Amino acid sequence: MSVSVSAAPAVSPAPPAPRLTRRSPYPGWFFTPAAIVYSVLFLAPTFASLYFSLTRWTLFDSEFIGFENFAQFFREPFLIKGLINTVIYAVVTSGLKVVLGLLLAVMLTSQIVARGYLRSVVFFPVLVSTVGVGITFTVLMHPTQGMINETLAMFGIAGPGWLTDPNLALYSVALVDVWKGVGLATVIYIAGLVVIPRDYYEAARIDGATPWQNFWYVTLPLCRPATSTVITLSFIGGLRTFDLIWAMTKGGPGFASDTIASVIYKQYQAGFYGLSTAGNVVLFILIALLVVPLTMILNRKQGHE
Amino acid sequence: MMKTKTLALLGASTLGMLMTASAVQAQQSGYLTILVDNGPQSIATMEAWADAYTAENPDVTIDIEVRPGGGEGDNIVKTRLATGAMADVFSYNSGSLFQAINPTQNLMPLTDEPFQDSVQDSFKSVVSADGEVYGAPFAPAMGGGILYNIPIYEELGLEVPKTWDEFMANNEAIKQAGKVPVIQTYADTWTSQLFVLSDFFNVLAEEPDFAEKFTANEAKFATTPAALRGFEKLEEVAEADYFNADFGAASYADGVRMVATGEGAHYPMLTFAIGAIAETTPDHLDHVGFFAQPGDSAESNGLTTWMPDSLYVPKNAASPELAKDFVAFVASPEGCAVRNEAVGATGPYMVAGCELPDDVPPAVSDMMPYFQEGGQNAPALEFLSPVKGPALEQILVEVGTGSRSAEDAAALYDEDVRKQAQQLGLEGW
Amino acid sequence: MTRRASILGGAAAIATTFVVFVIPFIFIVLMAFKDRQQSALRDFSWPTGFHLWENVAEVVKTRNWMMITAFINSTIITVVSVTLLVIFAAMVGYVLARRKTRWNGLIEFLILAGLMVPPAVVPTIWLLQGLKLFGTLHGMILIEVAYNLPFSIILYRAFVATIPRDLDEAAIIDGARPLDVFFRIVLPLLWPVTVTNIVVQSVGIFNDFTNPLYYLPGNANATVQLTLYNFQSQFSTAYNLLFTNILLITIPPLLVFLFFNRQIVAGMTAGAVKG
Repeated sequence: MSVSVSAAPAVSPAPPAPRLTRRSPYPGWFFTPAAIVYSVLFLAPTFASLYFSLTRWTLFDSEFIGFENFAQFFREPFLIKGLINTVIYAVVTSGLKVVLGLLLAVMLTSQIVARGYLRSVVFFPVLVSTVGVGITFTVLMHPTQGMINETLAMFGIAGPGWLTDPNLALYSVALVDVWKGVGLATVIYIAGLVVIPRDYYEAARIDGATPWQNFWYVTLPLCRPATSTVITLSFIGGLRTFDLIWAMTKGGPGFASDTIASVIYKQYQAGFYGLSTAGNVVLFILIALLVVPLTMILNRKQGHE
Repeated sequence: MMKTKTLALLGASTLGMLMTASAVQAQQSGYLTILVDNGPQSIATMEAWADAYTAENPDVTIDIEVRPGGGEGDNIVKTRLATGAMADVFSYNSGSLFQAINPTQNLMPLTDEPFQDSVQDSFKSVVSADGEVYGAPFAPAMGGGILYNIPIYEELGLEVPKTWDEFMANNEAIKQAGKVPVIQTYADTWTSQLFVLSDFFNVLAEEPDFAEKFTANEAKFATTPAALRGFEKLEEVAEADYFNADFGAASYADGVRMVATGEGAHYPMLTFAIGAIAETTPDHLDHVGFFAQPGDSAESNGLTTWMPDSLYVPKNAASPELAKDFVAFVASPEGCAVRNEAVGATGPYMVAGCELPDDVPPAVSDMMPYFQEGGQNAPALEFLSPVKGPALEQILVEVGTGSRSAEDAAALYDEDVRKQAQQLGLEGW
Repeated sequence: MTRRASILGGAAAIATTFVVFVIPFIFIVLMAFKDRQQSALRDFSWPTGFHLWENVAEVVKTRNWMMITAFINSTIITVVSVTLLVIFAAMVGYVLARRKTRWNGLIEFLILAGLMVPPAVVPTIWLLQGLKLFGTLHGMILIEVAYNLPFSIILYRAFVATIPRDLDEAAIIDGARPLDVFFRIVLPLLWPVTVTNIVVQSVGIFNDFTNPLYYLPGNANATVQLTLYNFQSQFSTAYNLLFTNILLITIPPLLVFLFFNRQIVAGMTAGAVKG
């Protein structure tokens, strides 16, 4: 593949700057190392996969079949469910991360006791690997021997089959995802909150604002950049999510917690490489369709501030 | 399929065989890599073979690498073959999965190796492509059926069922006694397939040409009553609420333990699970028996059988001669003896001269009659047709959890196999 | 907020976070201390005996000391790729934020695409083969760099925008070469966001499972997450060993976190301001 030029424009000499007689102090070749690695190892294979998505591919040889894979992918009986699940998962996880992350961040930037402890504790799950988290929570969420249901049983509550009830499995995994990822969202929010000038709160206090008004009219609008970062990162992450679902339910029970990424992976596993690559393209288009407008909305609102 | 053997080797001790063999073979040297799936038995037996082999050939170093099983394992095997990064020897399925790794292009033919003379033809046929044999058996043949807990049967005075109705009656009696009749373990989704796959003897009994028609896109699970029965059987057991309480979260390892210790009475499984019982709960090995999945009539009671996995050598192996020599060692009576020593006997071997020890576990002796004179058996569908849909296990989990009906599931599975048939480029799809 | 409310709120927060975040961790630790029989119960109970060292020894010795190899490999991959990431991404972020050209739109699109597009595994493997990098640590390092560049660049670009231009321009007028300006003046100023990058990326790369699974086959190349994955079926009935494994491989990220704990927020500060 020879697509490596696509990111190379930066290598071209800087346009002559008439005001200055010397070369730009911000040389384009600074892009080169990153551009080479990125183009060769990411962009080139991605473009190659566009071709393979149009073939019936056994890894050993490929036969060009046009858009047949895409037609087949949309005929997948579980694709619609997978599509819906993917969007639910992304919305639930990014929504909860925004709400809980902001809540925790407001708490952790206030004069609360044990701030250091809380900050560390909330960030801790970020450090554990997805496979480790998956194993741990699969054990904790076991319907009869798991700690969660055994604890509930002590209070006389019959706990549900967190991962075995088809109606619940996706949400259980989403909750674990939030558990694992809320620390990062909190840190981003803390960073967004500490730069809000104290004057605003001072002014609000003089106007007699309640803590709630403070939050609603000062904090929330002024940390919108942080919100936009958290939403964008966790929403894209949620749409692409794979490893946690795979570690915990493998898309099951049955197809109940399948997302597009797990459907794609199953096609890949089954040896339908062309089909799976076509699914990748579909996933990319879905992400682009949802994320690009979202980014534009988030950025436009920012402009009004 | 497998004759009872009365060869002189029977009495020979492992040590004796090791000595005879090493006297004949030339010493090998070099470095050999082996890729094996990560089942506890696979690792244990492969390590035992490696130790035995390097004891005979001290100049050989063997490095055993482990891959995941199931679909993820398929993926790794295919990827590594396609990229030429395969180990010198690797283990993989025979039958339809073997056909999917493009053997003629990727594997080294082993047709003319001397050890093939003693390998059974029935095995060779499932590791052959375009007239060449590519594999060597490294485990005994298996049966798919139902493992049962003998103490529960004795306690309740139950008989081994010959028909499905008798089986369901036993289940009811077991449930009345306050025990778990049927174990299901959907944390490992592949275990959900046994009721359907093990029913194939009964399918063939009624529709002898189902496999050919199925491959040619002329027969369907949903529209062939005999084939639909497997789905219905799972549905019946599920609807009668015979499963263990945690069937959705239990694993294969749990299932093996439960049938051995009597936490459950029946576990539909392949007989390789006997090895797992021998390893994890050896004290209960004598408590587990085995019977074929019953059909609707007692006259045609027979076992659905699986060919063992096979060892293969990739075409571009780094040390092909050493690899072939090691494979020959595994597929020899000596290799079988090492295996018997390491994980015990789990079924009839595919290599002439290989013997089962005198005292086999009851589940194995229960299985042997199906393979012997007067016994009835038939290969599983995956050895008669290359078409196997990848989503069967998830579809059957849905049937087991009651979220899909048997008819619906069979129809869905018929859709699922279409992709596989097209990928293989079969006629008529 | 009154003092009283603060203490009450604090107590409630401590109690809630303890249950939600600390108990699962304590569970992992307790499991690692148990013997096989007790761990099979999978309950939240005090270990009946102290078995941690036995468990650690058994996990480390499994499969020919694979754990040791894995720790060495994962450390090399993490350290080298994070170093490259920091330098490459800072260079791009710096120039991208400072110089406006008509290419910026395209570059930003490519960066966003990098966040969104799922990598194409098999074509990548072929490519690595062609470059003789498949199954090597070098190849793995470059893959990690390529896949994680977009996120790092975004962090850096946002942060560079908050550094007054005067600082680097003054140095340029003094006749410093661009490379000197970057390494002596800009990079040190970027330290807070570099810390954030180091923490987030090293944890991510150390904990990466999918990519080594595909691009780094072979026992000699094992990484820590793959040991966990391999042991998962091998230890399927030995929960004590499984959780000991989880505990062991969580230690390095924990050390990184403790080391940089205080500084993580600072780097995010400017990063989030610009989104």
